[in-house]
Amino acid sequence: MDKKTPLVEMKNIHLSFGGIKAVDDVSVDLYPGEVVGLLGHNGAGKSTLIKVLSGAYQADSGEIYVDGEQATINNPRDARAYNIETIYQTLALADNLDAASNLFLGREIVNQFGLVDDDAMEAETRRIMGRLNPNFDNFSSPVAALSGGQRQSVAITRAVYFNARILIMDEPTAALGPQETEMVAELINQLKADGIGIFLISHDIHDVMDLCDRISVMKNGKLVGTENVTDVTDDEILSMIILGKKPGQAA
Amino acid sequence: MNKSIKNFVAAIGIDLRLVGMVGALVALWVVFDLFTGGRFLTPRNLFNLSVQTASVAVMATGMVFVIVTRHIDLSVGALLGFIGMIMGTLQVHILPQYLGLGHWSIWIITIFAGVSLGAVVGAFQGWIIGYLMVPAFIVTLGGLLVWRGAAWWVTQGQTVAPVDTTFRLLGGGSEGTLGDTLSWTFGVLATVAALVMMIQSRRRRAKHGFTPKPLWAEYSLGGIATFIIMGFVIVMNAYPLPKGAVKRYAAARDMEIPAEGLFISHGIAIPVVILLLVGVAMTFVAKRTRFGRYVFATGGNPDAAELSGINTRMLTVKVFALMGALTAIASVIASARLGSVGNDLGVLDELRVIAAAVIGGTALSGGIGTIHGAIIGAVIMQSLQSGMAMVGVDAPLQSIVVGVVLVLAVLVDITYRRRAGL
Ligand SMILES: Nc1ncnc2c1ncn2[C@@H]1O[C@H](COP(=O)(O)OP(=O)(O)OP(=O)(O)O)[C@@H](O)[C@H]1O
Ligand SMILES: [Mg+2]
Repeated sequence: MDKKTPLVEMKNIHLSFGGIKAVDDVSVDLYPGEVVGLLGHNGAGKSTLIKVLSGAYQADSGEIYVDGEQATINNPRDARAYNIETIYQTLALADNLDAASNLFLGREIVNQFGLVDDDAMEAETRRIMGRLNPNFDNFSSPVAALSGGQRQSVAITRAVYFNARILIMDEPTAALGPQETEMVAELINQLKADGIGIFLISHDIHDVMDLCDRISVMKNGKLVGTENVTDVTDDEILSMIILGKKPGQAA
Repeated sequence: MNKSIKNFVAAIGIDLRLVGMVGALVALWVVFDLFTGGRFLTPRNLFNLSVQTASVAVMATGMVFVIVTRHIDLSVGALLGFIGMIMGTLQVHILPQYLGLGHWSIWIITIFAGVSLGAVVGAFQGWIIGYLMVPAFIVTLGGLLVWRGAAWWVTQGQTVAPVDTTFRLLGGGSEGTLGDTLSWTFGVLATVAALVMMIQSRRRRAKHGFTPKPLWAEYSLGGIATFIIMGFVIVMNAYPLPKGAVKRYAAARDMEIPAEGLFISHGIAIPVVILLLVGVAMTFVAKRTRFGRYVFATGGNPDAAELSGINTRMLTVKVFALMGALTAIASVIASARLGSVGNDLGVLDELRVIAAAVIGGTALSGGIGTIHGAIIGAVIMQSLQSGMAMVGVDAPLQSIVVGVVLVLAVLVDITYRRRAGL
């Protein structure tokens, strides 16, 4: 794996909100077909870090490389142009619109006159939902009327639909039932096999141990360390998260 | 509501809230008709009602977009007055000097200038709101004062009159109507267009393999649309021109007026035609263009819209520019109707427009609203005002009633939405 160029490298990223150093000199990378888990307490800076990659925030300093070349990501549009897709922790859905409108928001299917083609979008949404979550059946209500799990399905589908090469998942299973969670795990493995790189943020250590190849742990905005999942135990990960100590480091 | 009615409404795919609004309007009309001894539901009164509603309703369609994106525009009444003054001065004092009095192009140049000015002023206010982040409430409150003052300045407070004769037709006086033949043509074309659109939509959905609505539902919907359009044409055609106008009409055509008089129909008023065209265009923009989609997405969740790559600041500029352009169209209607532009043109219109949009189901919390709802809201507002005036309700009581109705309408809307889980 180390011979390939990383899909993404984030180097020495800094970002402060007022006085708070939300992300403080963090570097992470991601290879094709790899899942990297981002772990850390509430407020550790995980979401902020990945929002720099997805274009939602701009770093105060630091560099981003995609396929080994420096990338300029100033807004979500730029990130999408690099095939970086994101499932946000907040889902980022327009609650007043239906599933299809949300799935295609900003990238509507249009007809030859440039007019939005709702029927075509609904048909596509039905097709992909049939594959990703066959239990999903509400295509006409605004997503405000959907359950938490259904809303999460919409957000996941949106990220997967547009041929992502780099996928960011910020707690994608938080609102899902066991069956849907299992389906997301399957999806992740399938995407991995397709050579897509995934940043996965999760608080569930077991999820992480099962799905990830490597983990990067953050604490108070700083990177504690990055480890291969096969090299560490659950307890060692926990101690990285809670105490901010790398394995083997003296107490 | 009765369960079978509910099912019927759901099957033909009309929003329940729309049914409620139309129901309220019809109830209002019937009550006023009873209290006025049958003077309310006459072709004459309905014609006047339609003309009086047009200006506010045109602005209300734009206010829907403004409120849907979680903003407000308090400047529309003052801006209407300012643009009216500019257009008045242009067509009365300036253009005739260069083109000669009554030149055919005066009204076109005037409207073009007015609409451009409205769009530019709106865009400027939108830029302050979107890019400099000053709340819309403040920017447009400032605008209210600025444009009202600017309107006075244009002529030092003097009324401008009379407006160009062609321009005047756009206000819907006894000559500013389609007449019966054109009204029928308009009605038939509108009906055919509505039916063709329904058939096409059904075909498109069938092509994608969606379960279609039952046929009887399609037929009912088509029937309702035909009934409303044709009913409107019939009523407008049933209102004859007054004697004086008939004389002018006959003279212009070298006709003899028989002893029993001549029945010449008003037909649909031109400002109402303008309103209907604006309504169709705005609905189209809302439903079928990316811009419209982004307006609603941004209102529903500004962060989500931003994260989807939508430039919400530029969107704000466009929404306010559109509002400004529609205000100019409303100004054309209002000044053409009066035949002159005075200092008080459009005073308090901002409140009527906002009330119309809100009564029509536009939510101030953003993301929700329809163009047809706002137009019906404007009709309800105008019906209340004219109806109470006809019944002889005192002006202070009129304003109390309108105020109470506004709050009640929003209360009903919020309750309905909460029940429906939206
Ligand atoms: N928009 C913002 N403005 C100000 N402070 C912010 C903003 N977003 C995040 N922060 C702060 O930055 C820090 C990191 O937040 P972040 O959301 O990245 O944490 P997280 O690791 O994703 O936590 P969680 O597990 O709860 O999602 C927190 O102290 C938070 O309060
Ligand atoms: Mg987070």
